[in-house]
Amino acid sequence: MTALHVHHVGPGVAVQDLGRPGYLAKGLTRGGAADLLAVREGAALLRQSPELAVLEMVGTGGTFEADTDVVIALTGAAMTASIDGSAVVWNASHMLPAGASLVIGPTRAGTYGYLHVSGGLATAPVLGARATHQSTGLGALVAAGDVLPVGSGTSPAGMTLPRDGRFDGGTVRIVPSMQTMDFSAETRARFENTVFRRDPRANRQGVRMDSDQGFSNPDQLSVVSEVIVPGDIQIAGDGAPFVLLAESQTTGGYPRIGTVLPCDLPRVVQAPAGAELRFAFVTLDEGIAVQARADAAWAGLAKDVTPLVRDPADMQDLLSYQLVGGVVSAMDEG
Amino acid sequence: MTEFPKIQSVGLGGVLVTFGDKATDAVNRAAIAFHGAVDALALPQIEESSSTLVSAFFRVDLASHGFAPLRDTLEEVLAQQDWLAADLPAGRTLWTIPAVFDGPRAPQFGEAAEAAGLSGAEALAELTGTRLRVLTIGFAPGQPYLGTLAPHWDIPRQVGLTPNVPQGALVAAVRQVCLFAKDTPTGWRHVGQSAFRCFRPTAAEPFLLTPGDEVQFTDVSVPELERLEAHGVDGTERAVLS
Repeated sequence: MTALHVHHVGPGVAVQDLGRPGYLAKGLTRGGAADLLAVREGAALLRQSPELAVLEMVGTGGTFEADTDVVIALTGAAMTASIDGSAVVWNASHMLPAGASLVIGPTRAGTYGYLHVSGGLATAPVLGARATHQSTGLGALVAAGDVLPVGSGTSPAGMTLPRDGRFDGGTVRIVPSMQTMDFSAETRARFENTVFRRDPRANRQGVRMDSDQGFSNPDQLSVVSEVIVPGDIQIAGDGAPFVLLAESQTTGGYPRIGTVLPCDLPRVVQAPAGAELRFAFVTLDEGIAVQARADAAWAGLAKDVTPLVRDPADMQDLLSYQLVGGVVSAMDEG
Repeated sequence: MTEFPKIQSVGLGGVLVTFGDKATDAVNRAAIAFHGAVDALALPQIEESSSTLVSAFFRVDLASHGFAPLRDTLEEVLAQQDWLAADLPAGRTLWTIPAVFDGPRAPQFGEAAEAAGLSGAEALAELTGTRLRVLTIGFAPGQPYLGTLAPHWDIPRQVGLTPNVPQGALVAAVRQVCLFAKDTPTGWRHVGQSAFRCFRPTAAEPFLLTPGDEVQFTDVSVPELERLEAHGVDGTERAVLS
């Protein structure tokens, strides 16, 4: 079996997948990759199931080596990356030859970067998933010396996907949630009109939004603890909004002013500290329509994959590139 | 005042049926019973479900299935009976869990008894003599909120947090006892200590407790608790409730 050897690794690298559904009633949230679009992009590049496990990297990646030739893909927050010293582009698939050194360095844009491997990471599942649930201690962060088993796969190298604009903040759409109408019309309008900055205090449980405004609801002390879904925006005791993510607690006692659409959540997740974010209400019906279109787009990512066209002037060693492999395999799209 | 029961969408991730705005015994029982009844229907669009102190939650991809069809179905089930008077589901489990209620393993027992207006002996008799229902599981994996204690146990959370109350602790506030799944800072008062592990990730049964189950604590000595801890067991016994 192929394995990925971890020689050096940053402090925020963990195995993730689409999460561990089915345990809400037991107090365990789904967890899984913070940016689910990045997981799907990697799956589209490698022509494999989005359910296969990936490496999620925050801040910096590490130095990795495979013991057989394997195709990898890099998605999400762009990080510096090289294979045996030659820079490789992000949002693309590449051949990682056996014994070559894959070095993934600091983040250049966004927050969560992903390393995908053809065949997926084949670590031992716990409760039906490989996702590391850091807040509950399920699984551990990847450490230097780890050997991560890799499943078998056949993926094309040299393919790329266009990058979208989700890595520098922007406007995200929200639908009304359970307690939205408990906030006054003035507070809701002010919430929509406020330009927030993503606070540096953020993790896989939630992201705090900074502004000079507070959004407390005077009745909020009496709210009974209630279920949380990813994207819920809770207003904490000091009036600051927190966007709750996949690894939040299952329930929470702070009121929710709205819920970010799942398709816009990657924009919140990837916004780097200090990036500007705004929230715009849409109705439930509008939100359903927007999300249904996004679901279709995410499901059809494979058709946006194109061969990676390189400028020969940028290539240190032309012969080391597989210039046609991706073009050929693009023809057998199912 | 909003009318209950109330059916609401939760983001695009599901539908919530709420039976009241206070975690009373009847409201919680309704949430558990309704959750069980809907679960038994095995509706195909419901991917999973849970119950909270006052609500039943059904996780549904609303972008795929819409809100109205499930809302209509849930309204039909709501109309079938008075859920505030419903029986709890059959086949629930009674758990008997040994715990220590004095000394350094229960550092706020005396303070909590005083806040409830009880002597130590009276407080111990009530904490070990009351069968508590698992009202909900949440906050941490497998962590139960147990209730409902008598009205004089409606003691507020303390203003300052206790920085680190250990796994297995029994903490009390607002007529409830919570049994901690992991070391946790809390404003609830630390009134007892068990060896119970709420979440056992690699065990055949990772989670023992289910909402609607009942828990009875038994008073054991510190050496007995230490003996359980040394053997990596919790001394819990289970029986099926008829």
